[in-house]
Amino acid sequence: MQPTSHSFKANAHQALGNANLQKALGLMRQGFPAKRLATIARLPEFEALREEGKAIKDHVLDNLDFYLETFEKNVLARGGKVHWCRTPQEARDAVLGICRALDAKTVTKGKSMIAEEIALNDYLEANHIEPIETDLGEYIIQIRKEYPSHIIAPAIHLVKEQVAQSFRETHKDLDPKRVLDEAPTLVAEARTILREKFLAADVGITGANFCIAETGSTIIVTNEGNGDLTQTLTKAHIVLASLEKIVPTLEDVSTILRLLARSATGQEFSTYTTVSTGPRRPEDTDGPGELHVVFLDNGRSAMLGTEFQDMLRCIRCGACMNHCPVYATVGGHAYGWVYPGPMGAVLTPTLVGVEEAGHLPNASTFCGRCESVCPMKIPLPRMMRHWREREFEKKLSPATYRAGLAVWAYFAQRPALYRAAAAIATRVLGYVGRKRGRFRSLPLAAGWTQGRDMPAPEGRSFQSLWAERRKQGKAA
Amino acid sequence: MPAAPVRVGLFVTCLVDLFRPSVGFAAVKLLEAAGCTVEVPALQTCCGQPAYNSGDKASTKAIARQVIDAFDGFDYVVVPSGSCGGMIKEHYVELFADEPAMFQRVQHLAKRTYELVSFLSDVRGVDKVAARYPGVVTYHDSCSGLRELGVKAQPRKLLGGVDGLTLTELPGAEICCGFGGTFCIKYPEISDKMVADKAADIAATGADTLLAGDLGCLLNMAGKLARLGKSVRVRHVAEVLAGMTEETPPIGAPEGTR
Repeated sequence: MQPTSHSFKANAHQALGNANLQKALGLMRQGFPAKRLATIARLPEFEALREEGKAIKDHVLDNLDFYLETFEKNVLARGGKVHWCRTPQEARDAVLGICRALDAKTVTKGKSMIAEEIALNDYLEANHIEPIETDLGEYIIQIRKEYPSHIIAPAIHLVKEQVAQSFRETHKDLDPKRVLDEAPTLVAEARTILREKFLAADVGITGANFCIAETGSTIIVTNEGNGDLTQTLTKAHIVLASLEKIVPTLEDVSTILRLLARSATGQEFSTYTTVSTGPRRPEDTDGPGELHVVFLDNGRSAMLGTEFQDMLRCIRCGACMNHCPVYATVGGHAYGWVYPGPMGAVLTPTLVGVEEAGHLPNASTFCGRCESVCPMKIPLPRMMRHWREREFEKKLSPATYRAGLAVWAYFAQRPALYRAAAAIATRVLGYVGRKRGRFRSLPLAAGWTQGRDMPAPEGRSFQSLWAERRKQGKAA
Repeated sequence: MPAAPVRVGLFVTCLVDLFRPSVGFAAVKLLEAAGCTVEVPALQTCCGQPAYNSGDKASTKAIARQVIDAFDGFDYVVVPSGSCGGMIKEHYVELFADEPAMFQRVQHLAKRTYELVSFLSDVRGVDKVAARYPGVVTYHDSCSGLRELGVKAQPRKLLGGVDGLTLTELPGAEICCGFGGTFCIKYPEISDKMVADKAADIAATGADTLLAGDLGCLLNMAGKLARLGKSVRVRHVAEVLAGMTEETPPIGAPEGTR
């Protein structure tokens, strides 16, 4: 997917004017945080689990090569294969190779952000293989030819009516007069359509929430069971995962799983948590004929040892974007690529470059809510600031902004000059504004005064008044 | 009065200095009533946050050094702002992480620095202020004060003791108002929508007064409420706690209003 992050402001402008999106975001803004709070209120050890989860992931990142090799050894021991891919192209080719070897015509897919990152669907279609999304949200956006706006709930930007309309336009064989007002009806319709596709698919592709080194297993969590059907019925199950998904043991993964669903949706556990280890064995009643784990690097190993390493602790729960006031205003598409919200603001410049994605770490008030809800205690605002430091060094921010800042910094380092300038500015603005107490418009502040009044200053600076009173005090 | 007299250096903050000195005088009054002597070092201008959040570490450090020098020797440094307070208390240490020679001085400053209301409540043990404010008040939790400095219960406790004041909780009190310092300059449209949502939450409480501990948030919210024609009076919490609301109009209100 070609990033449009450089157009963040224009994207955001569009988003602000999109009534359906604003309605959908309003619901999200209330829903997720409340559910999460209610669930973690029932778990006294939640804070302790966050510390443990962070420690587990930090340990893995310090020993990533060891755990990846252990994982590979165990996958091979179970009869699976591991493909190490440095770039999106290598990953796409690995997947295509597996599909071609099996003469695959259709591929079912569980939700995978890595698949989005490498733009897998377009590549498969270009090679005459039909990918079918089985996660309901992904299915909806696939038929609408959109991309996900949230890493957990890909279609969260849509309201029910839009989904119903898309179903009518796509499922043309069904009765046009049928009622599609209720969510359960929409879900049932999707299930029926997808059921046949599951049974016909040649290859199933899923992501992995975790890859467990100890056993060579991969784990996916779903609420629909679509992942299970995707990976069990086919000739081959392909797992797409980035390097940092690795976790040492089953014990460790259960610690992190206790954090995941609670942080993501406020569920205590996802409806289905599926652990798969190796391809079908002779004594198994079902399972894929082949098991392939396609590992993608795409810049992850380059983050190790840098100020962005902590971002590799991310378990893709989505809590940060659920709680972000900026995301709640503009939605995920405004961010212009695969990963939106606070985690996207940190990760996207790593993956597509800060020249392309520079707006993302800038479009934050640093309110810190993301960091406060991150189950892995990732210091998101700090890393966004690091991006701003990189941009400053490279002079990537607009010239007018940098100039304004330079003027401010100049005065701030010269207190006497600052006080003199402040005395003038406050007197002028205070005098002009004293009748109404505020300005409806102000030169150089059009962005502010477009939608808000600007309160007038009181007319004298505190320092000048303080100095005056002290003098009077001394004289008295 | 449990504690001995202490020497406080007031960090005024650039917004209070330029826009609303009354907040500074309210802070002084509260600190003196709590048994502190207050001085205002002349060499202060800004905490450096605008430069810091724009990625300009060099300018930030230069400004920070000035602050560190100016506030040498005080028992405490008190700030009527969670955001500037957080900058000095939490971020200066990060800023000078690569300068071991500065480390001790920065740590020492960080330890002595407090946001105003949490200083009164947590350090000076102030339980109740002698103030009167008849009104229905709702309180916005400014982000940095809340998340960096733990300011949450203290203003509510002190407001609860103000004569005649009724406190009503703001739904979404912890949601950012959209000011964000440089953010409202860089992304004014998004900022405007965020403050519009905040204004709707405020109006829904039915409160006649909005208070908070950070002037940036207050200017933002007052400006929006005024543009929307809402009659909510907006002030810094220090003004109410110091009983100084008769002396200045609310933020953004015409002269002569109370």
